[in-house]
Amino acid sequence: MTERLFTLAVWMSAALVAVVLVWVIGDLVRLGIPHLSLDFLFAAPRDAGRNGGIGPILVSTVLIIGVTLTAALPLGLMAAVWLAEFTTRGHALGKAIRLSLDVMAGVPSIVFGLFGNAFFSIYLGMGFSILSGGLTLACMILPVFIRTCEVGLAAVTDTWRQGAAALGMTRTAAIWHVLLPAASPAIAAGMVLGIGRATAETAALIFTSGYVDRMPESLWDSGRSLAVHIYDLSMNISGGDTAADAAALVLITLIVLFNMLAQWLSDRWLHRRLVA
Amino acid sequence: MTNYSESPYTLGSIDEAVACCAPKPQLKVRALSVSYGDRRVLETVSMDIYRGCITALIGPSGCGKTSLLTSINRLTDMLPSARVEGSVCFEGQEILDTTVDTLRLRRRIGMIFQKPNPFPISIRRNLELPLREHGVRKRSERASRAEQALRDVGLWEEVKERLDSSALSLSGGQQQRLCIARALVLEPEILLMDEPCSALDPISSAVVEELILRLRGRYTIVIVTHNLAQAKRVANYAGFFWMTERVGKLIEFGQCQRLFDTPAHALTQAYVDGVRG
Amino acid sequence: MLMILSKVSSLSRWNIDRTLAPLLRMAGMMCAAVLILIVLFLLREAWPLLGNGGWVNLFSDDGWYPLEGLYGLLPMLAVSLAVMLGAIMLAGPVGLGCALFLQFYAPPGLRKSFRLLLSLLAGMPSVVLGLWGLTVLVPIIALWQPPGPSLLAAIAVLTLMIVPTMALAGAAALSAVPADLVSGAAALGMSAKSRLLYVVIPAARHGILSGVLMSMARALGETMVLLMVSGNVVQYPHGLFDPVRALTANIALEMAYATGTHRAGLFASGLFLTLLVLVLAWLAARSVRYD
Repeated sequence: MTERLFTLAVWMSAALVAVVLVWVIGDLVRLGIPHLSLDFLFAAPRDAGRNGGIGPILVSTVLIIGVTLTAALPLGLMAAVWLAEFTTRGHALGKAIRLSLDVMAGVPSIVFGLFGNAFFSIYLGMGFSILSGGLTLACMILPVFIRTCEVGLAAVTDTWRQGAAALGMTRTAAIWHVLLPAASPAIAAGMVLGIGRATAETAALIFTSGYVDRMPESLWDSGRSLAVHIYDLSMNISGGDTAADAAALVLITLIVLFNMLAQWLSDRWLHRRLVA
Repeated sequence: MTNYSESPYTLGSIDEAVACCAPKPQLKVRALSVSYGDRRVLETVSMDIYRGCITALIGPSGCGKTSLLTSINRLTDMLPSARVEGSVCFEGQEILDTTVDTLRLRRRIGMIFQKPNPFPISIRRNLELPLREHGVRKRSERASRAEQALRDVGLWEEVKERLDSSALSLSGGQQQRLCIARALVLEPEILLMDEPCSALDPISSAVVEELILRLRGRYTIVIVTHNLAQAKRVANYAGFFWMTERVGKLIEFGQCQRLFDTPAHALTQAYVDGVRG
Repeated sequence: MLMILSKVSSLSRWNIDRTLAPLLRMAGMMCAAVLILIVLFLLREAWPLLGNGGWVNLFSDDGWYPLEGLYGLLPMLAVSLAVMLGAIMLAGPVGLGCALFLQFYAPPGLRKSFRLLLSLLAGMPSVVLGLWGLTVLVPIIALWQPPGPSLLAAIAVLTLMIVPTMALAGAAALSAVPADLVSGAAALGMSAKSRLLYVVIPAARHGILSGVLMSMARALGETMVLLMVSGNVVQYPHGLFDPVRALTANIALEMAYATGTHRAGLFASGLFLTLLVLVLAWLAARSVRYD
C-alpha cells in the first residue's frame, strides 16, 4: 500500500510541475497571441506601451547584448585559455582567479545592477546607457562563459597538444589553429548560454541601461530591454498586461531558440569528441 | 592489401631501401636519466642511434622507453614535473641544453604517437599547418610538399579526391599514415615512433609496418614496440629495457639479429624466449 | 641541414609564446578584478551608512523608514528568509520527486521530454514568471483572501522557479549513486520504495543537499518575482496573505530615487544580501566535496 502511495507521489510531483508549466505557457499564449503580429515586432510603442509594438525595444535589447558580447567574449576567452592551458592544479593565481569567478557566479543580479549603476553609470560617467547596461551584463555572464570554455578546452584530448608540440609548433599556434577550433562548439555553447542569461535579465538593467523606450541613437543613449519592458508594462502601466504577455511570448521564444542552439552545439561537440 | 606490381609508394620497394651497412652514430645518448617528480623511471641509459637505421626499443610496459623518446625531442618539457639528466648529442649539439630552440629541434626530430592524432581539421590543413608554422609562405610550395608527403606514405591515391574533408573521417590506419606524412612533410632527419601500430587493426598495422621499412635509409628511425616479431622484422638495432627496483634500465643493446639469436644477458634471453614460447 | 628553414627567425616565433602567456594571464586577472571592483564599489557607496559603526543601525533600527533616517533591515530580511524557506519547503519534496521520477520512474520516452520540460522551466526568465504570477496567480489569491499580492504568492512563484534547479541537481546526485548499491538492495528483497528511501537517497544526500542550498541561494537572490507579486509593504510577515517586501525588491524599488544615506542603505543591503548568498553557495560547494 505505502509502495503504491510512494509511486503515486513521485508521479504526482512530476505531473504537478508539468501541469503548472503548461498552465503558465498556455496563459501567456492565450493572452499574448491576440496582441502579437508582425507589426508588433517592428512598430514603436504607443500609449506607454499599451499599444504599438516593441521595435525600438528589440533594437535596444540587441544593442545591449552586442555590447555584452563584445566586452565579455574576448576577455573571457583569453582568461579561459589561460586557465585551461597555462595553469596546473596547484597554480596559486589560477586558483585565486577560479575562486573569484565562482564567487562572482553567486552574486545576485540586483547586486550587479547596484555595481553597474555605481561604477559604469556614475563613476565612469556613462549614465543610463546601453553601454553601461551591456557592460554590467558582461560582468555578470563572464563566470559562466569562462567556465564553459575552460571545460571545453580541458576536454580537448592531450594527444593534439603533444602532436602539435612534436611538430615544432608554438603553443600559440597550437591553441589558435588546433585547440580553439576543437573546442569551438563548447565556446559557442558558452556564448549562447551567456546570451540567454543576458536576454532574460531584468534587475541588473533597470538602473544601468534605464527605461527609455525610444529608438536608441547611439550606445550612450538609454535603451529599454525586452525584459525591462515586460516588467514596466505589468507593474507601472495599468492596462499593459496583454502587451506584456505578447512581449513575454517573444522573450520566451528567443530564450528557447537560444537554448536549442546551445543544446545542438553541445551535442555536436559531444559527437565530435566521440569521433575523435 | 598492397599491390606490389603497382606500388602507390614513391619510396620504392622495400628491398630498394638504402641499407645501412656503414653505421655512423647520429644520436649519442649518454647516462640519460628521467624522473617524474620523485619517481625515477629511467636510469643511466647510454646508446648510439645510427643514421639511416631502424632502432627498436623493446621491453615490458612502464620501463621508460617512451620517456627516452620524449627526452630526445624534448617533449618532456611539457610536463613540469619531468627532469632529464645526462646527455643526448645530436650532430655535435647537446639536445638537453636549455638554450636549444626546441621548436627547431622538433622540426628536425619528428614523432609518431601510439594513438593516431591527426588534428580535427581537413587533411590538407593537417599537412600545411606545420609547414606554415615553419615559415613556408608560398602556397604552391606547401601544396606540392604536402602531396609529396602523402605519396611517400602511399596515401595520395586514397585521399586526393577528398583533401578538404576532415582528417578524422579517415580510418585508423589511414590516420596513422597521415600522421607519418605530417611528420615527413617537415623533412626531419630522425623519426621517433611510439608503438605506431599497437592501436591499429592487423591489416592497417601491416601497411604501416611496411611503410616503416620503406623509410629505412632515408630517415633514422627509433621505434618503441611491444611486438617482438615486428621488432625482428623491421629493426637493424635493438635495445632491451627492463625494470629493476621499479626503475627502467637498458639491459642490452646491439644488432637486432644478434640480440634475438644470441642474447648476451640472461634477462634478454628470458624475455625473448618467454614471448617466443 | 640545420639551416633549411632559417629564413624565418625562430627567435621571433619564440616570442609569440613568451608574450602570449602574460597577455592571457592579464585577461584572467582582469576578470578577477571585476569581483574586487564589485566589492570595492559596494563598500564605497555603502560607506556613508556603514562607517563609524553605522552598520549596527541596519539591525537595531526599528524598521525601514528612510525619510526618518531609520534603516532597519530586519523586517525585509525576515521576509526574504521566510520566502526562501517557504519555497524550499515546497520545492524540496516536489523537486526530489521529479528527480526520482526522472531517474527511476519515468518511461524512457517520457524521461527525455520531462528533462526538456525542466530545462525549459529553468531557463524561464524570472520577469515572465513574475508577470504570470501578477496577472494570473495574484487575482486568484485575491478572490480567496484579498488583497492578493502576498507572501503566499511570492512563495508559490518562487517555488516554481527553483523546482527545476532542485530536480536537476537531485537527478545528477541520484545518477551518481553506484548501480551495484541499488541492485544489492534489490537482492536483499527490498521494495522499490525502501530501496530509494533507505539506500539511494541517503547515498546521494550530499548532492541533494547541495541542490537544496543552491536553490536557496537562487531564491534569496531573486528580485523580479518578489518585486512583482509580493505587494511591497515593509512589514514583518505575520501571515501568508500579508503583502510584504523582500530585501532584493526593496533595492529595485527605491534605487530610482534614493540619495545620500538612503542610497547607502540600499548598497549596504545589497552587500549583506551578497554575503548571505555566498555563504549558501559556499556550503553547497562544500557539501558536494564530501561526496
